[in-house]
Amino acid sequence: MLHFSPWKQVAIIVTCLLGLLLVVPNFVSKETLAQWPRWVPKTQLNLGLDLRGGAHLLLSMEVADVRKDWLNTLRDDARRRLREAKIPFTALGITNNAVQVRLAKAEDTDAALKTLRGLIQQTGNALLGTSITDLEVTKAEGGLIRLAPTEAGLQHRISSAVGAAIETVRRRVDAMGTTEPTIVRQGSSRILVQVPGLHDTAQLEELIGKTARLTFHEVHASTSAEEGRQRPPPGYKVYESEDKEEGAQLLNETPVVRGDELVDAQPGFDQRTNEPIITFRFNNAGARKFGNFTKDHVNRPFAIVLDDKVISAPVIREPILGGSGQISGNFTVETATQLAIQLRSGALPAKLTIIEKRTVGPSLGADSIEAGKLAGIIGGIATIILTILAYGTFGLFACVGLIVHGLLTVALMSLAGSALTLPGIAGLVLGIAMAVDANVLIYERIREEVRAGRTAIAAIDAGFTRAFITIADSQLTTLACALVMFWLGAGPIRGFAVTLTIGICTSIFASVTVVRLLIYYWLNSNKRVHRAIELPV
Amino acid sequence: MRFIPNFKGYDFFPHDLRLPFMRYKGICLALSIVGMALSLLIIGVKGFNYGVDFKGGSMLEVQSVSGPADIAALRDKLGKLGLGAVQIQSFGKPTDVLIRVEQQPGGDAEQQVALKKVTDALAGQYTQLRVELVGPAVSSELRMTGIIAVFAGLLAIVAYVWFRFEWQFALGAIVALTHDVLLVAGIFSLLQLEFDLSIVAALLTILGYSVNDTVVVSDRIRENLRKFKRMDLNELLNLSINETLSRTILTGVTAIAVLISLYIFGGEVIRNFNLAMLLGVVIGTYSSIFIAAPLLGYLGVKREWVGAAAPKPASAASAARKARRENLALK
Repeated sequence: MLHFSPWKQVAIIVTCLLGLLLVVPNFVSKETLAQWPRWVPKTQLNLGLDLRGGAHLLLSMEVADVRKDWLNTLRDDARRRLREAKIPFTALGITNNAVQVRLAKAEDTDAALKTLRGLIQQTGNALLGTSITDLEVTKAEGGLIRLAPTEAGLQHRISSAVGAAIETVRRRVDAMGTTEPTIVRQGSSRILVQVPGLHDTAQLEELIGKTARLTFHEVHASTSAEEGRQRPPPGYKVYESEDKEEGAQLLNETPVVRGDELVDAQPGFDQRTNEPIITFRFNNAGARKFGNFTKDHVNRPFAIVLDDKVISAPVIREPILGGSGQISGNFTVETATQLAIQLRSGALPAKLTIIEKRTVGPSLGADSIEAGKLAGIIGGIATIILTILAYGTFGLFACVGLIVHGLLTVALMSLAGSALTLPGIAGLVLGIAMAVDANVLIYERIREEVRAGRTAIAAIDAGFTRAFITIADSQLTTLACALVMFWLGAGPIRGFAVTLTIGICTSIFASVTVVRLLIYYWLNSNKRVHRAIELPV
Repeated sequence: MRFIPNFKGYDFFPHDLRLPFMRYKGICLALSIVGMALSLLIIGVKGFNYGVDFKGGSMLEVQSVSGPADIAALRDKLGKLGLGAVQIQSFGKPTDVLIRVEQQPGGDAEQQVALKKVTDALAGQYTQLRVELVGPAVSSELRMTGIIAVFAGLLAIVAYVWFRFEWQFALGAIVALTHDVLLVAGIFSLLQLEFDLSIVAALLTILGYSVNDTVVVSDRIRENLRKFKRMDLNELLNLSINETLSRTILTGVTAIAVLISLYIFGGEVIRNFNLAMLLGVVIGTYSSIFIAAPLLGYLGVKREWVGAAAPKPASAASAARKARRENLALK
């Protein structure tokens, strides 16, 4: 029967008040909010980028780069191992996504296989307790040994490269001084960067578009770049210069020191020429390697290479033992500052390409919010008028339910930290229209029961019970739709799905439970006045 | 509680009205089948005016710094950049212009270059309100995601209806839903309105709304099947539709009022999205009354399932015969 225990009444009312408390911060500015007592919740509704303005970039990692990089390391490691084991070989190179070694003597095959298999790493998944082999070392035709990366191994490398890239991108974006950027992985080789408030993305793109892989190389002592182009000596390669026309150098492919051994890089000015430069410092290992190298190569040039382009090739005047130095090139103050940020934040493991970009200016976002508010208010008023016209006092109760529904939806969205997007506003408004449906179902049912000759209380009771099955069915099917949208959704769809889902969950409480409580109070107050109750529906 | 005003609502609906929906079920089904076929034909011939989400390329919404935008000059200027077809149209206000640059041959980097050319050409005269760029890889993925989303939504709903009701109800629902989605998509193709990711969200919501309507009617049919064990199926279906009609209309009117308000005042950016929803609610309401329930008249319902055994199963043929007899009687 239509009855609420005191505890239940208190629980319902407290829930409504809690909703109100959670929504209030949205109507107050951030400054006022800071002065409020500590126990007051201060979470404001998170606005999506399309409403507050900002930039959304989807970056994709070049998988080919990761593979190439790995194969290069693998080739260097294989060469080192074979030399350490004193196994002679006649050729070592990369063909068909694998490293191939041709041994000088066929009888070394077993020893070579054993040595090279030492390169295999077991990369495991600790959670699943499985382990995968990242490399296959096999004997091929004609005294060849093949070191082929496995697909699982490659996926593992990509995954960790993306992880490292996320950190690097985060450091670079943070260095721009923007607020609350979101940088997350998407899929296996993608990174989503969202920066609220930013709408000119040129600087951001510049900053994350560069790999910033800094290396220091030995310059070939006798052969010039021009000669090297015809027939490069083994282990050496011609690197073009940034300026393109001149300054190409024939360099040892294996760098002396890599950028990941830098601990600091700062923009500065050359004391003599006053040109913008970048000063840097190595960590201990890097400083030792660089020191040893410069000691052995005094009066010979070495090359500073950024992303496979020679920036400068100064001559070593004296051994650099302290581990710090400077890079001069044709820098402006801006490029020097930017490069310093990139160097400081570390190199990206592979190139990142922008495959999707969406930016919204702040004025458009504000316009959209205004439009959404206006449409929401007018739609809401239309709903309230229709409902009250159709159901009188009970319609009024339904409107109270709707307001509770709206409050709780916004409160839950603030709590969940899910962003309100432009389609989300439409979802919210539509959610209100759908919430009315529950009340319409109940009231129409009550009318039917009255027509069938039931007493008021029995009709109300039957109305709620019978209509509830239908309400649950219809809400669950909509929920199924919303979940599909959330599961598959990208960007705007997901925001819409979240709003719709929360709206469905709150509507059963607001339109059924709250309205039922209101009718219970109404019945009680009427019983004292009249004996026979006339229903307003 | 004396401060609660006590007043009666206006029951606008003539409840003893019994509209003979089932009598016209053949015509309605035929109309809907023609509508669906036409939609398919239009989509096949005209295709969709895909937005950047699905087609790739870039789109800019820009605002003239001083005075109304000179679209002819803009067209001339951007046409010279050699970026293929550049679409330029006024957008909402006279100062606002929407520019679409088609997907450039090549990869993702080429799209960036093209966008840069456009923004450089606009610099100084226009401020950027919104920029969207979608590379070839992402656009083909989004196309796939969109299609899967609609089908997955359909399947999820049908699975639920099948689980809660009989297979005949699920079949009715799937036909009605397909009808709704196809018709809205057909109208979008006919009017060449921009079809992007938000329209897919709208289609999914339409699915949700339409099935909501269908479920309400189905629930009533199931209830009546238990209540009137010997009533002729067509008569029973007609009764169920009529009994829920007041609710269908009231909810529909509310939803449509809200959507009209969203369409008019909700801003230019999501106008198409709101239009799709508006169309969907109207078509969805129609389909649950005129397609989903009448289909049951043809399919028949196993009545033992819903309660005690009926004397004889209402097969489709006997139901149709009875319907004809009833129609004659009504005339």
